Amino acid sequence: MSGGPAGAVKSSLGAGCAALMILFFTLPAWASLGGDVSTIQADQVHMQGTRRMIAAGPYTVHEIQASNRTVVREYVSADGKVFAVAWHGPWFPDMGQLLGSYFEQYQAAMQMQSSTHIVRRPVSVNQPGLVVQIGGHIRAFSGRAYVPEMLPSGVRVEDIQ
Amino acid sequence: MKHLRILAIFAVALAVAFSSSCGGGSSKSTLTNSPTNTVASSGSNVAPISVNGGPMGNYVDAAFVSVTVCVPGTSTCQTIDDVLVDTGSSGLRILSSALTTVMLPQQKAPNGDPVAECLTFLGSFTWGPVETADVQIGGEKAGSVPIQVLSDTEFKIPSGCTSSGFHSADTLSTLGANGIVGVGLFAQDCGSACEQPVQAGSINPGWYYECPSSGTCQAIAVSLAQQVVNPVVLFPSDNNGVIIELPALSGATATVNGSLVFGIGTQSNNGLGGATIYTAPGFEFTTTFNNHAYPGSFIDSGSNGYFFADTTGITECGGNEAGFYCPSTTLNLQATNQGSNGANGTVSFSVADAATLFTNVSDKAFSDLGGPTSSSTVNYFDWGLPFFFGRNVFNAIEGKSTPGGAGPYWAY
Repeated sequence: MSGGPAGAVKSSLGAGCAALMILFFTLPAWASLGGDVSTIQADQVHMQGTRRMIAAGPYTVHEIQASNRTVVREYVSADGKVFAVAWHGPWFPDMGQLLGSYFEQYQAAMQMQSSTHIVRRPVSVNQPGLVVQIGGHIRAFSGRAYVPEMLPSGVRVEDIQ
Repeated sequence: MKHLRILAIFAVALAVAFSSSCGGGSSKSTLTNSPTNTVASSGSNVAPISVNGGPMGNYVDAAFVSVTVCVPGTSTCQTIDDVLVDTGSSGLRILSSALTTVMLPQQKAPNGDPVAECLTFLGSFTWGPVETADVQIGGEKAGSVPIQVLSDTEFKIPSGCTSSGFHSADTLSTLGANGIVGVGLFAQDCGSACEQPVQAGSINPGWYYECPSSGTCQAIAVSLAQQVVNPVVLFPSDNNGVIIELPALSGATATVNGSLVFGIGTQSNNGLGGATIYTAPGFEFTTTFNNHAYPGSFIDSGSNGYFFADTTGITECGGNEAGFYCPSTTLNLQATNQGSNGANGTVSFSVADAATLFTNVSDKAFSDLGGPTSSSTVNYFDWGLPFFFGRNVFNAIEGKSTPGGAGPYWAY
């Protein structure tokens, strides 16, 4: 658990990136894709953990270290909307909590995924309005979800991780 | 050892030279053999396995074995065929619908309620009661093994189990097998985290539940001894790991037969020989591919292909084959694996057009099946079932000693 006392750390994301302001909180938090930044506060009771906020140019990253060792990053645009979430950790996260109102679309897509073959492999949902990618193995899962239409200009999909 | 390594490097070089000189246009391609590839055919610690499409005939690049389960301490037994051999998980899971002639005792929580489990795999989850069985695979028998019986009807699936959004794999059509036998690096499926109290701030992921006769199932803590266990660790001997032995395959075919061998260095037929040990204290090692290191990589017989990040523009399949790669010509690729002990070695592998591979519907085993890991930022390379063709792959269980040191490690 890397949650330290409130303070500021300067770093760099490379050429073209502004210096980052990293703020540490000791509040538990969780967030919902597509929701307002306030959903982060509203869902804080869901998991105990620490949260830090990273301002990175056109968006802000809220990183939550949950007590069960799962790390969740929420990407919040300048107008206060969660446009992407990413996570990694030993246990599978509560996708309903992460995806919020997008969970139904994701679940419907997952149930529909009937390949000709039985498969055990990475999971991908690529639909208009929702992309979800999940990988890893038992005791080490990772994934991300984003709403393509909500990505602020200049944000690369690769930055969501 | 050194000579074998040199031989291996020579073999790799030869294979690369051969495959490049022969072009990559054919759907049949060259698979590089590692120095160690023998398939044990007899022995009390040997069980035959087959890559054959499974009981529904639609499970590509997956190995199946027969497992006998008995009411503990009795000769009331049933042999379950077509159980998936999975080195990516630990523990035996059997479809309730496949257990037709034996009634296994239910495991109970301290308060007397039945215990059930939810295990989330990638793309599906398994739900159902934890029951106890004597488990026999080949000539090896383990007593009173906690196993999971897959059923959505005995206990209602709790919401915590459906939060992945995945489907329940509790029927023949959804599982594609009569069960899964996890013989991976973990001793128990969950481990010490599931021993912790279920409460706010706990690391317990809540896989185990107690299910009262009325009301919903509630997550509970479960001791290591009561968790669904890698059955190998409960064998009286040959209990430190397994070897998957499949002969080399070049291209596609209907059936590949091989062996699941129990024990590492415990008998004359399961020595490490010239295999290189890749230690994996975190159950992962590092694969370097296209100059990118993937520290969360793993070997998994339960994955039906090579799954790795597409940073070179490999064409992904569309339609029914989405999730696999469909390059216009077969790609001959190389990657390097490195254990935390510093051991490293190069692996040559090929990826062919999955849509073309699947056109011959009788083919179920493919040496060249691959697919994307969903995003370019993931940290792993998944060496699935094709990796096992032509390679004896040793899986040493965590905490178990072997002549090559303690597990967890892979060796090949």
